[in-house]
Amino acid sequence: MQLTLHVWRQKDRNEPGRMETYRAENVSPDMSFLEMLDELNEKLIKEGHEPVAFDHDCREGICGSCSMMINGMAHGPERATTTCQLHMRKFQDGEELYIEPWRAKAFPVIRDLVVDRTSFDRIIASGGYVGVNTGGTPDGNMLPVPKEKQELAMDAAACIGCGACVAACKNASAMLFISAKVGHLGNLPQGEPERLKRVRKMVDQHDAEGFGHCTNQYECEAACPKEISVGFIAQLNRDYWQASLAVNTRDESSVSAG
Amino acid sequence: MKLDAKVPSGPLQSKWTQYKADMKLVNPANKRKFSVIVVGTGLAGGAAAATLSELGYQVTAFCYQDSPRRAHSIAAQGGINAAKNYQNDGDSVWRLFYDTIKGGDFRAREANVHRLAEVSVNIIDQCVAQGVPFAREYGGLLANRSFGGAQVSRTFYCRGQTGQQLMLGAYQALSRQIGYGKVKMHSRTEMVDLIVINGRARGIVTRNLETGKVETHVADAVVLATGGYTNVFYLSTNAIGCNVTATYRAHKRGAAFANPCYTQIHPTCIPVAGEHQSKLTLMSESLRNDGRIWAPTKKGDTRHPNQIPEGERDYYLERKYPSYGNLAPRDIASRAAKQVSDDGRGVGYGGLGVYLDFADVIKRDGKARVTEKYDNLFEMYERITGEDGYAQPMRIYPAPHYTMGGLWVDYNLMSNIPGLFVVGEANFSDHGANRLGASALMQGLADGYFILPYTLSQFFAGLPAEKDKPTSTHDECKRVESDVQQRTKKMLSLKGKKTAVEYHRELGRILWEGCGMARTKKSLGDAIAKIKVMREEYKQNLIVPGTDSNLNVALERAGRVADFLEFGELMARDALTREESCGGHFREEYQYPDGEAKRDDEKFCHVAAWEYQGETKDPIRNVETLEWDAVHPTVRSYK
Ligand SMILES: Cc1cc2nc3c(=O)[nH]c(=O)nc-3n(C[C@H](O)[C@H](O)[C@H](O)COP(=O)(O)OP(=O)(O)OC[C@H]3O[C@@H](n4cnc5c(N)ncnc54)[C@H](O)[C@@H]3O)c2cc1C
Ligand code: FES
Repeated sequence: MQLTLHVWRQKDRNEPGRMETYRAENVSPDMSFLEMLDELNEKLIKEGHEPVAFDHDCREGICGSCSMMINGMAHGPERATTTCQLHMRKFQDGEELYIEPWRAKAFPVIRDLVVDRTSFDRIIASGGYVGVNTGGTPDGNMLPVPKEKQELAMDAAACIGCGACVAACKNASAMLFISAKVGHLGNLPQGEPERLKRVRKMVDQHDAEGFGHCTNQYECEAACPKEISVGFIAQLNRDYWQASLAVNTRDESSVSAG
Repeated sequence: MKLDAKVPSGPLQSKWTQYKADMKLVNPANKRKFSVIVVGTGLAGGAAAATLSELGYQVTAFCYQDSPRRAHSIAAQGGINAAKNYQNDGDSVWRLFYDTIKGGDFRAREANVHRLAEVSVNIIDQCVAQGVPFAREYGGLLANRSFGGAQVSRTFYCRGQTGQQLMLGAYQALSRQIGYGKVKMHSRTEMVDLIVINGRARGIVTRNLETGKVETHVADAVVLATGGYTNVFYLSTNAIGCNVTATYRAHKRGAAFANPCYTQIHPTCIPVAGEHQSKLTLMSESLRNDGRIWAPTKKGDTRHPNQIPEGERDYYLERKYPSYGNLAPRDIASRAAKQVSDDGRGVGYGGLGVYLDFADVIKRDGKARVTEKYDNLFEMYERITGEDGYAQPMRIYPAPHYTMGGLWVDYNLMSNIPGLFVVGEANFSDHGANRLGASALMQGLADGYFILPYTLSQFFAGLPAEKDKPTSTHDECKRVESDVQQRTKKMLSLKGKKTAVEYHRELGRILWEGCGMARTKKSLGDAIAKIKVMREEYKQNLIVPGTDSNLNVALERAGRVADFLEFGELMARDALTREESCGGHFREEYQYPDGEAKRDDEKFCHVAAWEYQGETKDPIRNVETLEWDAVHPTVRSYK
């Protein structure tokens, strides 16, 4: 099949970008979307042009690297699918495709389709963990965990941190991302001791990074390649509310420094 | 080169305990005076960086992805082994140790493997405490499954996403240290060279992938946790960015590369669909528990599989290995598929496929039961191939998956260059000539959480006091930095006709043919000759557009392919000189009349560790003889 591609090109963080149009010829329906772009890039390189930069690594929908808007949809039209898992058989011959980077203040474009998502890392670093050191942990079976709770935690933990939720949200909110961490650790007894502090810190960091507020549009859930449920946002809101009432919010780092 | 494994004396079972009891400690007040560079933040590096920082060392870590959470470890599906014996089915540290040694076809170092089995139990405890949501039984205790040909259930798992969950555990532990300002993390940064000063590893040279900036980082020790080199085959189950650059560059600076020919080909991958193919997707091996593998008995049979009658199907694994059947170890199952395909009986694109059929189990247990067990896999298969694995057999084919070889390390996980440590898939140490399923995750985390933090402390404690530590302005740093810059400039200036991807694909084809599942003296000799020619061509005819001062994906790829082009030859050379068959290394000249691998313990019960001699000279093959105190190598039979 043949396609017309309109692709966002931007040299670096500082220069303004623009859409460029390319023809993709001899596209096989068995190709993944990224393989279609690979072929375009090979052609561009041979002509002495710079290839279209995009993030990718595992190409099996698990690392969360790939990230692009295809016709205005995060990761394209297929439900519960990352761009790398999207195959060209889902498109029609002759179609026109608009390919753009995630758009959000907290995800500045670095080049072409590549954005800086380190704001996500900083949110996790602010408190998205269980604060245990290596060693000295009790036997794995010391604390039984109800299977339902473990399954629920696993549903949330399936988040791949790609940022599609932010890209799909008109407010560029990362609440679904945070709620996935809340739902993961907050539903396990191991995460209980820091449950409230974790929520508060991650939400504070979220706001400091310039992500927007959640206004319950649920576009995030629809775009999420791992189908993380907005039900976890409700859990987050409950915990956050409780956390704002809690008095003791002493910091682990200040404790250990003292 | 003298290879001293530094295995502690004493009985196998107490070596590690004794080591820990005897080791010198670093005074807590002195710990922050020691700095360490950790390159790679997958399971091994992430766990190491977090733990070393918790101990108080100054840690600087690097990865090439935009975030440490995305390391290739995240893709592991099946599970992680540990000798917990929670199932009361007779497992023990000894049994896990023995299975791993036997699985590796008696080509691994006993003491290291025993230690691995010992610490395996701590890993599970650690991960549970971090909030890794391992599968559980209704009573709330941890669930296990049996995996990869083991006779006990010792594999812990998180649905089909075990690697992801372990990775997030390590990433979160690392992030906690980053958040405290104790680990300095450089993502989107690639290590492109190693700094060795007065015979000791003192730092690395990196390229910032966003800005192109080349920089030197110095420290008291360098840890490489950069994963395996499977992508030398171009098509593999590894993430696209996996590379040999860090380990090969260290090799060129003096680190011995051990057993590069030990590569693992995984039997259940989705076959190639065409020339455009950029990577191969693994389907969990657990499918072999219920699926039956077959090929048509007739050559070139193009009928739809459902049209091929029972009598014209060859369930070749069940036929050849009646007791293990479809669960035969990876190397055996892979080779059998290749034989079928070589015989002209393969199916699908290029005849490079065999069937994995669920019709019987669906009839026996019902589709619902099969869906419950494997649904995400059937969905994944359909997404990629457009075919419904319930309605017709899946097509599968072996693909390069894991590399047992790596930089040589001693019992301390230190290479032959003092101060250079290597952990995870990047080292050679624990899997011998073949790795068992669910044991790579175990090894990565064992190295990172529980072994390196001890052995590195021991190294620091033994260092003489130093008044003037070298800094990044040291002559050697400047020299290596300028080497790096020149290499980059050279690639950009060639303006040839072929892209790095084209060369990479061609290299992959040469190695798959010549140094893949079955190797011969001739195929290896041919591969070496072809690679040499190609490498010369690469230096003249490569095209890399753009500049070195911003994000340039073509340039990144070109650098990695350049290293693969040198490394591929080393791999073939190792395979050529190992005149026996063992584990994943199968030399057609060395087999029993029934086609089984013929090991030669008299001549080859050793590790081959290669020493770089410069571009124009052949490398030297050094040998570490494997000593057997506790086990006796036997013929590995799965019949
Ligand atoms: C599809 C798949 C499924 C698997 N399933 C299982 C399983 O079920 N059980 C099991 O035990 N094993 C499994 N394995 C194997 C296992 O996942 C790997 O062996 C293991 O995760 C490797 O971990 P690592 O930490 O050594 O390296 P990696 O996770 O590969 O991490 C390498 C790190 O090094 C960095 N890096 C690499 N090169 C450079 C460089 N030049 N400069 C800077 N940084 C660099 C990367 O950014 C990354 O952070 C599977 C492998 C694959 C491919
Ligand atoms: S490339 Fe890893 S999720 Fe798409």
